[in-house]
Amino acid sequence: MADGPTRYIGMPHKRLEDRTLLTGGGRFAADLSAPGQLHMRVVRSPVAFGRLRSVDVREARRLPGVVAVWTFADVERIPPIQIRLTKIGGLEPYQQTVLARDYVRYVGDPVAAVFAEDPYVAEDAAELVFPEIEELPACISATEPPREFMPETLPGVSSEAACVTKAYGDLDAAFAAAHEVVELEVAVGRHTGVPLETRGALAEFDPAKGTLTMRGAAKVPHYNRGQVARMLDMPDEMVHLIQGHVGGGFGVRGELYPEDVLVCHAALRLKRPVKWVEDRQEHLMAANHSRDQSYRLRAAVDARGFILGLQAEVFSDQGGYVRTHGVTVPDLSAAMLPGPYLVPAYRADVHVRLTNKTPAGTYRAPGRYESTFARERLLDAIAHALGRDPVEVRRVNLIPRDRMPFDRGVDTLGTRVVYDSGDYALLLDKLLAYLDYDRLKQALAARRAAGEHVGFGLGYFVEKSGLGPADKAVISIDAEGMVEVVTGAASIGQGIETAMAQICAEVLEVPIERIRVVHGRTDRIDYGMGAFASRVTVMTGCAVKAAAEALLEKLAGAQVGTPASAEGWFRADHMTYPYGIHAAVVRVDPGTCAVHVERFVVAYDIGRAVNPMLVEGQIVGGAVQGIGGALFEEFVYDANGQPLVTTFGDYLMPTLAEVPPVEALVTEDAPATQNPLGVKGAGEAGINGAGAAIAAAVDDALGRPGAVTRLPVTPIRLHRLLGERD
Amino acid sequence: MTSPHDKLAVTLAVNGRDYRIAVEPRRSLADALREDCGLTGTHLGCEHGYCGACTVLVDGVPVRACLMLAVQAHGRPIRTVEGLAGDGPLHPLQEAFRDEHGLQCGFCTPGFLMLAAGVLEREPDIGDEALREILSANLCRCTGYQNIVKAVRAAARRIKEAAGRG
Repeated sequence: MADGPTRYIGMPHKRLEDRTLLTGGGRFAADLSAPGQLHMRVVRSPVAFGRLRSVDVREARRLPGVVAVWTFADVERIPPIQIRLTKIGGLEPYQQTVLARDYVRYVGDPVAAVFAEDPYVAEDAAELVFPEIEELPACISATEPPREFMPETLPGVSSEAACVTKAYGDLDAAFAAAHEVVELEVAVGRHTGVPLETRGALAEFDPAKGTLTMRGAAKVPHYNRGQVARMLDMPDEMVHLIQGHVGGGFGVRGELYPEDVLVCHAALRLKRPVKWVEDRQEHLMAANHSRDQSYRLRAAVDARGFILGLQAEVFSDQGGYVRTHGVTVPDLSAAMLPGPYLVPAYRADVHVRLTNKTPAGTYRAPGRYESTFARERLLDAIAHALGRDPVEVRRVNLIPRDRMPFDRGVDTLGTRVVYDSGDYALLLDKLLAYLDYDRLKQALAARRAAGEHVGFGLGYFVEKSGLGPADKAVISIDAEGMVEVVTGAASIGQGIETAMAQICAEVLEVPIERIRVVHGRTDRIDYGMGAFASRVTVMTGCAVKAAAEALLEKLAGAQVGTPASAEGWFRADHMTYPYGIHAAVVRVDPGTCAVHVERFVVAYDIGRAVNPMLVEGQIVGGAVQGIGGALFEEFVYDANGQPLVTTFGDYLMPTLAEVPPVEALVTEDAPATQNPLGVKGAGEAGINGAGAAIAAAVDDALGRPGAVTRLPVTPIRLHRLLGERD
Repeated sequence: MTSPHDKLAVTLAVNGRDYRIAVEPRRSLADALREDCGLTGTHLGCEHGYCGACTVLVDGVPVRACLMLAVQAHGRPIRTVEGLAGDGPLHPLQEAFRDEHGLQCGFCTPGFLMLAAGVLEREPDIGDEALREILSANLCRCTGYQNIVKAVRAAARRIKEAAGRG
């Protein structure tokens, strides 16, 4: 159709999204408005755990400009928010209602909602709502013995909601044969994604069409549409979720939260558009947190450091309720803990425990940032116990290329974990060559001899991507040759319009400028899985390829200028597994106890890159988030469950001043075998091993193997560590 | 009797145009720009002055629009991201952010653009270290910053080249 074949896949094409965003034309949730809209403000629990006796809303209702103030009684017919992923049985009692019923379970738990003509007035009125709460002792640790979840109303329901177990092989035999047993206890603090845009929504009921529309959706609009419809007792087709621009996702944004349901319900009940935009403090207390896991590991190893068997007991702090992710994070933790190593015998038990903190969900590389940290700390501990080089110990454990595809022996997210392709030793060799490893080690040793506290560390990991079961795309071409690609994907700022357009342009051989990509709209396509689990390029990308090929077939022999449309599907029963290594060089300042990351390298095999510029962007951005989690970011609570970190002054995300240049060494040695593009996901590559690599580098800098057992390595923790030596 | 909710007449001179608006004394400049002037390119990421997504230029100097009241900006020249390019081609900073992949979700981008515009206008020859220090005033959660630095550097070069030709 165009002049000569043009290559798009594999090219660092500039983003189609950028012009609008650069000129201030973006339409984020807070930018939306509708005539006659009301503004919602949520009143949140000031205590971590307590019996909610009553909510006094009289004064708030009297404030001029206030239209309604709701408590649980106003929403009692709305069922609790259901679990979207890993729906194991028995979790129902732990689900969250859209407003608290008879208990509050974390500071930030919604107890009332105010609707007013003006957002300032809504905020004024929220301060005039007085909940009467009988405060109870809070639980802020998942390693404490379980107690009752809601003692009076749900007697006997334990705060241990589930125990996720994954196991294979003969663990007893492994320990009986062990040359040595290495034990380790480590923990990762509470972090979360913290997109720069806070959550927000605008819901509107159109009496002419009978439809309810919520704009400001993200991540999984189709799934959430079905849930909103079910909860508000409407047919699916009469509810639409529409995504505008989304200011970052990272797992957090776009899950179904109480506030989304409240604005939709209010638009129906109050018969006016209802807008809600949370402030940053609310976001940090009310949107999902993540990580916050403790690991107790025991490994049986032979004399070379080969792991004969690994046993893990993990405690996962779920916070106040079980939200849409169910036990996704614990499930992934247990399934991905063995990582790139053979580990012939394995058992992990992950205790999912409710505490009185903000409820937890996923954050970029959920269950892997944590389990990679634990596993790689273990590999370092094994190397130390046996007096061997940490790199060599990893090498003897890596799954060899000729064992691919490798059945991990466990399931996760309803799929069998089968590593589809990989040459783990090759990537390690490439990284060491890139680093000039021996010289780097010598240089660091020389600096240490001169009195500097510098060190090197690495972390190896396997990622997962391309979660099925299916994706659909519809591609149309009009008489002028303009192409529209309608997908069921969602954009969270990662550049999917560009990537999808590149795939379409490559197949159709039309200039990319003629292609428009639609996503995040339940009114344009009936099926969509959205954007999570690094799935879009794999799943939606392959559906776009299939649709484009179907369109070409239809157009074969047709006259130029014939309009046509075709749909394509891609289905996958298994995920595809990219892999990578993070390497860090750090310098510890013993005076300030600060850790300076001097160098950070991410080696990653992506199978095949659709747009290397976007891949690198994902890796660098992820690495900086990972460094944040390793050194700075943590949600801290006092003994009463009061959050001490509720602003950007306390939740310390890295600024430019804290980050090193991140080097990305992207390889394409192991294309995916399960999809026609050979692509694997990039979204979580940059963050996965960052905690592991930095911890190892800090150990090395201090000359104290195994010193770092907890992330983040804040100055106060480092100060304590240094004090222990004296 | 006056009430703290009485509205005051304020003129905001934004991107060369006067907006005559009436606002409560407590209304932030950011809210006035977004809600009263309809200029939603200025984003609010924290309303605490930490993230810098709401950075605009007032009297040519970068300002957190969430920390300034609309009444304080009365009559002073304000520039927002909408005015960076005008109706013409992209500003060199905007071009460079696109070329260097200096944005992902784009939410922090207007703040970084205005911060950088303010800096480059005052100090076109700013050194790397000083530039990094200034750019560390704003938060970005997507890019890891390195392409933002590259973009601002590239824009500085382009602006100087253009000035040299002119």
